[in-house]
Amino acid sequence: MLDWREDVDAALEEAKRTDRPALLDFTAAPL
Amino acid sequence: MYPDPRVEALIRDSFIPIRIDVRGQPELMERFNVQWTPTILILGPDGREHHRIEGFLAADDFLAQLALGLGHVARARQQWDEAIARYEGILARHPEAEAAPAAQYWRGVSRYKKSGDPAELAATTKAFQERYADTPWATKASVWG
Repeated sequence: MLDWREDVDAALEEAKRTDRPALLDFTAAPL
Repeated sequence: MYPDPRVEALIRDSFIPIRIDVRGQPELMERFNVQWTPTILILGPDGREHHRIEGFLAADDFLAQLALGLGHVARARQQWDEAIARYEGILARHPEAEAAPAAQYWRGVSRYKKSGDPAELAATTKAFQERYADTPWATKASVWG
């Protein structure tokens, strides 16, 4: 299972801090 | 969400994955200029967008698009070896994918940017004569020959 983040700004800050790309998955499907 | 374990592995190993349910957060569609789902954005660590995937794709095409995005992130950061490896991985593992001709093009650009040798661009033009000749990417590369 993937550890999906749902707080966008916190996740983008994490990407910056860890020097990793971010993948944003925009969905309207049930989670 | 992604039934193919290769997709899940690539996302887990390479990205901070962020899921946005647009039904509850329509303002994020506006913020990131997204008009449709599914849409995948690949952002560099600095938050800049480097690749966009709109609509459903089969697993191999999706894997190739993710790798293309990783190549673009590396290229933007002038990490030429990483970019070249990502693009070559697409050509080796997903040669029939829609992203493959783009990978061949950007591999040539990355090789040139790394070496400064215009022969890398000419070699890319030649590569398009042998593979993916009937694609718009071949036309883009044709001016280098």
